[in-house]
Amino acid sequence: MRPVGWTLMTLLSHWRRHPIQAVTLVVGLALATALWSGVQALNQEARRSYADATGLLAGPQTPTLMRPDGQPFSQDLYVALRRAGWQVSPILDGPLDIRGRRVRLIGVDPVTLAGMSSGPAAGAESAYARPFLTPPWRTLAAPETLEELGLEIGGTPALDNGRTLPPVATLADLPPGTLMVDIGVAQRLLGAEGLVSRLLVGPRAPLGRPSLQEVVGDRLKMTQPEPETDVARLTDSFHLNLTAFGLLSFAVGLFIVHSAIGLAFEQRRPAMRTMRAAGVSLRTLTAALLLELLSLALAAGLIGMVLGYAVAAALLPDVAATLRGLYGATVSGELTLSGRWWLSGMAMTLAGAGIAAAGSLMKLRRLPVLDPARPQAWLAAWTRHQPRRLVLALALFAAAALLLIFGRGLLSGFAVIGGVLLGGALALPVILSHVLEAGERMATSPLAKWMWADSRQQLSGLSLALMALLLALAANIGVGSMVGGFRLTFTDWLDERLAADVYVRADTPGQAMAIEAFLARRPEVTAVLPGQSAQSRLAGLPVGVEGFTADPMYRTTWHLFSGGAEAWDEVRTGHAALVNEQLANRLHLRPGDTILLPTPAGDWRLTVAGTYADYGNPLGELRVDLGAFRARWPGVARTDYALRLPPEDTPALITALRREFGLAEGQVMDQSSIKTLSRRIFERTFTVTAALNTLTLGVAGVALLMSLLTLATLRLPQVAPLWAMGVMRRRLALMDLAKTLALAALTAVLAIPLGVMIAWCLVAVVNVQAFGWRLPLHLFPLQWLQLFVLAIITALLASILPATALWRRPPAELVKVFSDER
Amino acid sequence: MLTVRDLHKSYAGPQGPVAVLNGVDMELREGETLALTGESGSGKSTLLHLVAGLDRADRGQIIVAGTPLLSLSDAGRAAVRRRDVGLVFQQFNLIPSLTVADNLAFQARIGGRHDPAWQEELIARLGLDGLLGRYPEQLSGGQQQRVAIGRALAMRPSLLLADEPTGNLDEATGDAVMDLALDLVARTGCAFLMVTHSTRLADRLHRHLHLSGGRLR
Repeated sequence: MRPVGWTLMTLLSHWRRHPIQAVTLVVGLALATALWSGVQALNQEARRSYADATGLLAGPQTPTLMRPDGQPFSQDLYVALRRAGWQVSPILDGPLDIRGRRVRLIGVDPVTLAGMSSGPAAGAESAYARPFLTPPWRTLAAPETLEELGLEIGGTPALDNGRTLPPVATLADLPPGTLMVDIGVAQRLLGAEGLVSRLLVGPRAPLGRPSLQEVVGDRLKMTQPEPETDVARLTDSFHLNLTAFGLLSFAVGLFIVHSAIGLAFEQRRPAMRTMRAAGVSLRTLTAALLLELLSLALAAGLIGMVLGYAVAAALLPDVAATLRGLYGATVSGELTLSGRWWLSGMAMTLAGAGIAAAGSLMKLRRLPVLDPARPQAWLAAWTRHQPRRLVLALALFAAAALLLIFGRGLLSGFAVIGGVLLGGALALPVILSHVLEAGERMATSPLAKWMWADSRQQLSGLSLALMALLLALAANIGVGSMVGGFRLTFTDWLDERLAADVYVRADTPGQAMAIEAFLARRPEVTAVLPGQSAQSRLAGLPVGVEGFTADPMYRTTWHLFSGGAEAWDEVRTGHAALVNEQLANRLHLRPGDTILLPTPAGDWRLTVAGTYADYGNPLGELRVDLGAFRARWPGVARTDYALRLPPEDTPALITALRREFGLAEGQVMDQSSIKTLSRRIFERTFTVTAALNTLTLGVAGVALLMSLLTLATLRLPQVAPLWAMGVMRRRLALMDLAKTLALAALTAVLAIPLGVMIAWCLVAVVNVQAFGWRLPLHLFPLQWLQLFVLAIITALLASILPATALWRRPPAELVKVFSDER
Repeated sequence: MLTVRDLHKSYAGPQGPVAVLNGVDMELREGETLALTGESGSGKSTLLHLVAGLDRADRGQIIVAGTPLLSLSDAGRAAVRRRDVGLVFQQFNLIPSLTVADNLAFQARIGGRHDPAWQEELIARLGLDGLLGRYPEQLSGGQQQRVAIGRALAMRPSLLLADEPTGNLDEATGDAVMDLALDLVARTGCAFLMVTHSTRLADRLHRHLHLSGGRLR
């Protein structure tokens, strides 16, 4: 074996002799990798689902022809283009409710799609061509969609609107939550006879083909594929949030790794000196250390990736529910892990191990062969570098403040939080040291004085673990305050927004007319407020347009952020709109500003009358007068109604509507049911964040446990003299326990102001950038108390094992401290 | 086996450089044993470290087994140590995570000169038979120093350097360890340079030099 091999074996023998340190290192790195790679698996799965949905019909790079306002158009335009030599294929898609679940129905024409499709839809014209095109036709869906909807192959399930689907078959590559049928079938099922949503444009362009303008004029416009879909762009902030929390957990894990590597380096410093004296060159020693780090990181990385898969699998249902509830994005319920995920996860592990070990490796470069053995040097260095760390902490706080003032964008928001967290963590040992020093000065009994002094001495060894605990607690307080504040605001907002007593959605315009007539005959209904909606685009992003009647009810219940009572009157003129907060923030709109909204009847010049809160909606939205809306979108069916009636009459009316029109449960709902549903969606939205926070706290607990176990042996020289002087081991153990609890308690107290700062950053900076809405800052002292108790319990669990070990330590081991031959 | 010519070494002090070695000349032949004595701070250990290639001289010449050290890089000097130089320290400096058996074989292995038969003989001569599976912390000081001597001799060095090898041991144990060391040095035929405070021990070696004022007398 070469010198590097023997040197590596010798280095590795350290871990055999110090298994707790080895476990600390591996556990720390594995946990860090697990949380990071788990989050990445979730993000990757979601993005894969978005990409599948985009590339469904003809691959992601196919241009499309659409109406400028995005509305369906007559298939006559399609026929005209085909006759003119354009290679186009028609698509019709829209929402469909089946067994209470909303899915996306896509109608395609397999014949014209042939030759221009590289997406999963290609399967429609190959494996299923004949049954797909001829009666009784066929419905294609991914197996998981069938499972989710409880459909059986060959079955012809009934839709919520009473119609039935053609026999169901599977096509594995279709994205989840999507059904595919022949376009003729889709037109019938969606009630859009003779209409298509868009045309896919194939690559063939025969010579002499007339231009688009010549065939369809301005009625259709070509849309080139964009690198990102709307859903991908809208959900970016959500994924960035997840990534940020994954990164926080990763950083907390690295604290453990850094601590373990630093300690191991210092403990092996004499051995390294001996190796150097025996002829191991610096280059060989460095190479062996790198190899050692690599092998440990690979082992920990593999464990971490497996754990990460488990984390992702556990969190995926909640992430999918959040994305569906918040963004309407459908994400597959099954994890598909790519080679890239494995590689990037392992690369992150290696990079993390490298970062955690960088300091030790740098020290090795400067390690003099004749350096005297200093097993406590690492601890001493911590104390020596305290002023430097305080300066760095202040610099980080200052950088965060500057970013707060001058920074823009979500990344800048997270950088502020990162600066505050890291600054707080670096300042922690300095603050704790001063508090303990003050305690020492105030103590009167010699044992109490020793306890304070010893806590301060122990601080250097526990600093990294306490910093990790501080980060985890502060993040918990910050996120907890944000979620709690959001919950309060959201509840108030729901009360404000859902002022009507019953909400009805008809299947077809015909049914809507019948419902209106029915309601007119019901004396208990005091107001019928119809609503209509359409989609348009502003500044390249989709926006929702809601036509509504500015009923006096809204004036009293609906609180506008900006724009006074006259805003409602301005909307009624048909020349003004209320815009939601996220749209106002994105386009920097204020009352009095004007916008040009593309509509089927041409651009609509609207003045911003006011802004309103619209929590949970990722899209920009405008609310306009219903009459003016109908004039611009004459083709949009009127199917939605808000009803006012005495609460005691509500159940009877709902029963009557369902009986009379066969409306499904989701089509007619009272106010309280909608509120309950909304709150349920809301709670799931933050389940993932809460889970990541709890896991991070768990990682911090592990860091504390590992540090205490490692320090237990190192601290014998401090403890043994007291034992020799007559202090019982039991008392020493209890004092050790008390010291750790005191340090954890102090850390938890310091985490509160830091957590409040994080909460403020989240509600005032990150949320505004990520979602477009700003929330008031709410503080929850009871939650702080809970976290304080949790920190104490974590510290108690972490310190009970080392304290018990000290209690039961045989006197022979304590005596060894006084022996020269040790 | 060892030639030292006009060796100079100084360290940075608060008031400027402090000369420790001021033109040292020394010669040590194969099989010869030499004791180096001197006051504390006279530069004995510095000279030993320079000869071992652990530190760099300001100027002069050191030739170990025909190889001039001063022109060599760190890796080159490490190679000379692996091949030719055995080192024994006052603090024993065993590797705590390795067993006695692995500590004994360590330098021989990294130098590619591991000889199981010779190691067996060393173990027998040093009386380490029952201790091979133990770790350094489970040994007494005398036992640790015997392992350190065994490690230094396991690769059959051309030059054995010892810095106060009995400084941490009581007189009887020190004498016993010294007997073993000299016996093994005679057995291997290597040159032996020992730094010591003890004139009693120094008198047991072939030659005795005293370092004072940065020069040998």
